[in-house]
Parts: sequence; structure tokens; C-alpha cells
Amino acid sequence: MTRPNPAQTVNDNPFMKPMEWVSLALLAAVIFVVLPMLLDAFRLNLVGKYLTYSFVALGLVICWGFGGILSLGQGVFFGLGGYLMAMYLKLEASSVENTKIQSTPGIPDFMDWNQITALPWFWKPFTSLPFTLIAVIVVPALFAFVIGTAMFRRRVGGTYFAIITQAIAAILTILIVGQQGYTGGINGITDLRTLNGWDIRTDQAHNILYFVNGALLVACILFAQYVKRSKLGRILVAMRDKEDRVRFSGYSVAGFKTFAFCLAAVFAAIGGAMFTLQVGFMSPSFVGIVPSIEMVIYAAVGGRLSLFGAVWGTLLVNWAKTTFSESFPELWLFGLGGLFILVVLAFPNGLAGIYRTYVEPRLTRRAKAPEPAPAALPHAAE
Amino acid sequence: MAEDQGNGLPSALRRRLLMGLAGLPAMALMPRTSFAAAPATAAVNTTGLAVTDTEVTVGVLHSLTGTMAISETGAQQAEKLAIAQINEAGGVLGRKIKVVQEDGASDWPTFAEKAKKLLVNDHCAAVMGCWTSASRKAVLPVFEQYNGLLYYPTFYEGLEQSKNVFYTGQEATQQILASLDWVHKEKGAKSFFFIGSDYIWPRTSNKIARKHVENVLKGTVVGEEYFPLGHTQFNSVINKLKLKKPDVIFTDVVGGSNVAFYKQLKAAGIDLSKQVLLTISVTEDEIDGIGGENIAGAYSCMKYFQSLKNPNNEKFVAAFHKMWGEKTVIGDVTQAAYLGPFLWKMACEKAGSFDVDKVVAASPGLEFKEAPEGYVRIDPNHHLWSKTRVAKALPNGQFEVVYESPELIKPDPFPKGYQ
Repeated sequence: MTRPNPAQTVNDNPFMKPMEWVSLALLAAVIFVVLPMLLDAFRLNLVGKYLTYSFVALGLVICWGFGGILSLGQGVFFGLGGYLMAMYLKLEASSVENTKIQSTPGIPDFMDWNQITALPWFWKPFTSLPFTLIAVIVVPALFAFVIGTAMFRRRVGGTYFAIITQAIAAILTILIVGQQGYTGGINGITDLRTLNGWDIRTDQAHNILYFVNGALLVACILFAQYVKRSKLGRILVAMRDKEDRVRFSGYSVAGFKTFAFCLAAVFAAIGGAMFTLQVGFMSPSFVGIVPSIEMVIYAAVGGRLSLFGAVWGTLLVNWAKTTFSESFPELWLFGLGGLFILVVLAFPNGLAGIYRTYVEPRLTRRAKAPEPAPAALPHAAE
Repeated sequence: MAEDQGNGLPSALRRRLLMGLAGLPAMALMPRTSFAAAPATAAVNTTGLAVTDTEVTVGVLHSLTGTMAISETGAQQAEKLAIAQINEAGGVLGRKIKVVQEDGASDWPTFAEKAKKLLVNDHCAAVMGCWTSASRKAVLPVFEQYNGLLYYPTFYEGLEQSKNVFYTGQEATQQILASLDWVHKEKGAKSFFFIGSDYIWPRTSNKIARKHVENVLKGTVVGEEYFPLGHTQFNSVINKLKLKKPDVIFTDVVGGSNVAFYKQLKAAGIDLSKQVLLTISVTEDEIDGIGGENIAGAYSCMKYFQSLKNPNNEKFVAAFHKMWGEKTVIGDVTQAAYLGPFLWKMACEKAGSFDVDKVVAASPGLEFKEAPEGYVRIDPNHHLWSKTRVAKALPNGQFEVVYESPELIKPDPFPKGYQ
């Protein structure tokens, strides 16, 4: 590959700009080297949990930052991924031997409490790990495809789309809570123990899962970067800024939007599945409106146009949440609220905005590499 | 035995002198024990808990924020009161209790995270906490994995018995069966209508109640309806009540839904002085929100009411009001939470150790005679033997106890014939 000439069009840009490679290296170094060295097993597991949210934030950068589609229901996909994984783990934990005190041994405990005497049909395939792994990707993608097609073909967008995603999050929560015999209800699916015979509760398992999680995250970042750099990514940005023009140029706007939405859903689902594995349970409190909005905040704090910003934003917000709540158990919500207000008022483009405005110009001046203007910033918040 | 550090020498000296004098007949023995320091840390803590020569760390894990904060505040206050009283009296095995408090934020995964933090990071010797079943289910694997010790205060559905948990509230059969017998005998009740919130506790409780009504009391259940948590529209079910005219309305609606339910019941003209309503989910805390005038006449069954007349309770209520203000009300769970630290202290002292395994082994059979609810005893199944009481709600937000089970009721978390 030859060095790019800055004068060339965006089309010929390499996969990543040098500064972006540095960002990636920095992030990878922090995730894979610095944090594991500095933190004990408990804190590292916490960071692992935070990183699972950053999958969602990453999806939001594509869908909201690039595509201009604000989804306030990403918790739905995070939850789907998490629940599908939890179903597999729960079945494995509910062997006849482990559940012999129940009236019907061999089914999950919450089914027994709800007088269900046989495993429901849609639980049955989840005894298979390969099926579960495929389902974690395919089910949320299909669900997003159905929603996306239904909405975008009718040209439902902007605020209306956000409201509808929120309604879907509410509906799914009510469904899960209401059907407790099949879903564990408000308690969620708890007491998960092994993955294909491997105990996921030990510190060693947490460590391994942490690194698997980190590797998946980097893979997702690279894939997102690939999308961003492709023609598709530029169509997304074009759609965000002048949807009609893209449509009149003969592109299927609905198709591209649906794709972005599905991709965000798949990222969220991967995060959800990793969450279940690392935390050891799944509950409807991740599916509803509040967590969904919280996930949008992660992306907003990090900067919704920056893939790396999304990860840093998620880490920062969750670290602040944990630290504030440990130090000031009675006041921490105010501190967190203050942080959000500060970020939104002072730095509308989040951490990435701070970086672009204050840090990058100095670095690039030193490197004497004139950069093309960053891909058009969006209009003020949609 | 720890001396009051702050009081300085004179009082300590005086006490030793007094003890020495009292010990004169026993000559050689008495001075030895009175001068003996607290047992060595290495001896009472072999598993790396946070125990120093002067302190032992205990966690308090409740929701201070979010929807559950209203309910959990009382429990958390009672635990702090109990710990303060224990510390005043010299602590546990000569060590003052240091509290690490965490906020579960009404969010079950947060409970799990904080429970892990209390055990792994802070090495708490015991944790007082949780309120909802969901939060308990979320922390349970954590306590079992790290061999922690949880004292759980809420009345709950049973179907659980963990080595690492002591349940200081009642399980469902203790709470329900005696009160159903009472309403059957006193009010001649034959037909029942069940109304509950839709989650594990009301469903399990109603299942037990239904079996008891049908098999033991030979009555009928004319209706059974569930509503999502936080539901506020009860008009349709109230119409059904008017139609079916059950002898008893049996409810386990929880939280904010209670407010809407009783107000709508009153607005629909159902007079609780004529219609018997028996609830297992309304304590003084809930009445605070419902308003005494809206629920006056209803019967609640619990093991504790603030108005209980006994010297233990009078002392407890006075101390609680002194610490947390005259206006605070004390409900069933608050009292159960108050028991936790004392039961733990007694078990530690019996075991002569803070080690979780030894504390657990020492617990069955322990008796706590100073409990505000009266005498309680720990069963080998980690639940408490306790009495059940039925009380009538008064317009001032308090209860008047109308029935008390004559004996302590054995806890039976896995009731045969009721599953």
C-alpha cells in the first residue's frame, strides 16, 4: 500500500489515518496491558462489564452519529443478546442433578416456581452452544430488520423513530416481566454457572472472558471503521445531512438505514451476550427505556462521531458511576447528573470533540501532515 | 471485651476496680478474665475477613436511590441503629462494627456488583441487605461463590435456603396460613378473591393460600388476578369484586400500586368495615403513602406491628425515634432488619469466631429474647421461628393487633403439599 497523498479525494484514503492507528493502539494498550496490570480481579471484571456497554455505544456511533438515526431502544438488542446467552447458560445450570429439589427437576428454577412442568418449545434449541451463538447474532439482526423495514420504508425518521424504539423497549420489558414463567420475570435469569462445562464464575474465567471481550471489541471497532470508510459509510453521512438528495440520486435510503440499524443491533447483542457471561445473570432492567437512554448518553459523552470516543465515553461514565456511588452512596446520582449536564453544555461533541479541538491540532502540527477537514460534522443535535 | 476508648482511664479503672471487688470471692479467676483483652485477631479470623484488633467490617446494602428507596430506608435505618447499639455495648468479640454502606440503586445488577465489592474488596464479615426477591436472587450466587454471609430482612416467598443467607423475615407459609385460619374462624370466610402484583412473591403466596383455602378450609377461590408492578388502574377488578362478592379480598399488591388500589376501592364504595380485606403486603410504611383514612378497617398479617405492646418493642420504638426522628414509622421489614446484626453478633460470640462457616454452624438454635417482636429462634433451615399477627388498620396509620398466633410458627420454606 502506498502512502496516500492528502490532496487525493476521500475515496482513496487508507483504511485508517495514522492518528487513528495511534488511537487504536492506545485503546488496545489500555485494555490489554495497562488495566490488567493495575487492577485486581474484581475491578477488572467491572471494567469488562463496562466494555460490554461500549459495544452498544459503538453501534450508536454508526447508527446515530453517522446515519443520523437516533435509537432510544438499544437496550432491546443488548437484552436480546444477553437473554439468548442466558437461556443457554441457565439450561446448562439446570441439570436434573442440580435441580432435584424441584417438583419438575431439569427445568430452570423459575419455571418450576411458576408451575410449568415441561421445557417450553422455544427454550429447547438453546441446549446447543453453536445454535445459541448464531442466535445471538441472527435474532437481534432479524428483529432490527423487521423494525427497520417497517419504519424506514414508510419514511418514519427522526423524533418519531426515536419514540417508536422507546415504545418497543417498554413493550419488551413488560413482556419479559409479565411472562415470568418463561423469562424469569422481574428477577431475570440468575445463577448462571458454566459455559459448556467451563465454570465462568472463577477469577481466571473472568480474566479470560475479559480478554475475549476486549478482542471482540477491537474486532467490532475495525469492522465499524471498515463501514465508515466504505462507500456505504459515506452514503450514511450523506443521508444524515441531506436525505432527499441521496434519495433523488437513486439510492435506497430505507435499505441503508435498515443496514445501519441492524449493524448497531448486532453490536449491542454481542455486548449483551458478553455481559451475561461476565456478570453471570441477565435481567429486564437492561431492556427498558432507562438503560437504553443511558447507553445513548455513553455515546454522547464519548462523542457520537467517534468510534474510539464511544468506548472511552462508556468507560468514563461507568467508572464515574461506580466511584461516585461507592464514595457517596446517598448523593452519587447528583454528581453523575452534573457530569452529563457539563458535558452536553460545554462539549457537545463529547470527549472526541475535546480531543479534536484541543489535542489533535497540536499533534498534527507537530507531524506536519495537513489533514483534510474532518468528515462533515452534523448539524447541531437532531 | 473492649473498654470505651474515649472515656479515658478513670472510668475504665473504676470499672476494673469494681469488677475486681466483685470477683473477690473467686479470688484468682476473676481478675484474669476481666483483664483479658479481646481474643486475638488471628484466632477469630482465619479466612481473611476485614477484622482488626479493634474493628470488624460489616456491609449494609440497600437501595438509597430509585423506586425501592422508600421501602428500603427503614430497613437500612434499623440496621444502623442495631449496629450503633451493639457498638455502644462493646461490639462483637471485643471489636467495634465498622459499616461500609453501598447503594443498590433499585437495580438488581447493581446489587450484584456492590455485593461482590463488599465481599471481595472490603472483605465484610457479614452483609445486612437486600429487600426485593429480585435483588436477593441477583446477589445469591455472589454470596455463595465468595462464601459471604447475608442477613435478608423481607418477608418473602420461600423456596430458597442458602447456606450463606439468614432470612430474618417470614417465609410465605408462616405469614399466610395462620391468618387464613383466623379469617375463616372469626369471620366465617368461605370465598376468597386474590389480587396481586405480577411477580414471584405474590404468585407463590397465592398458590400457597389457594391450596390452604381449597384443601384445608374447604372454601373456594372465586377469582385470582395479577397486575404488572407499578400498575394503577384497578377499576375492572373492583367491578369483578362487586359482582362476585367474595367473603374475603386477599391482596398482595406491592409498592406504589397500593396507593391507587385502596383509593379506587374506597371511591368505588367498597366499605372496608363491612367487606373483609386481608393483605400480606401492607405495613405502616405503605400506609404512609396510602393514607390511613383510605385503608382503615383492612386487616394486615405480619409478624410485627409498631403498636405491639411489650417492653422490648417500647424500647426499640423509642430508640428508633430518637435516632431517626419522631415521625418515622416502623414496619415489619424494618423490625426484621433490626434483628440481623444481633443474630450475627450472637452467632459470632457463640462460635468465638468471625469465620463464616463457624458463624453459620453456630447459628441454628440461637434464641434472641430481646427482639421487638418478642422471642425468636433460628431454625436449622436458616429462617426464624416467629409468631404471626393479624392487625386492623386504623385511620391514624397505625395497626391494632386483633390476633396473635399462640405459639411460634416453624419456618417451612419448601412446604409439602403446597407446591
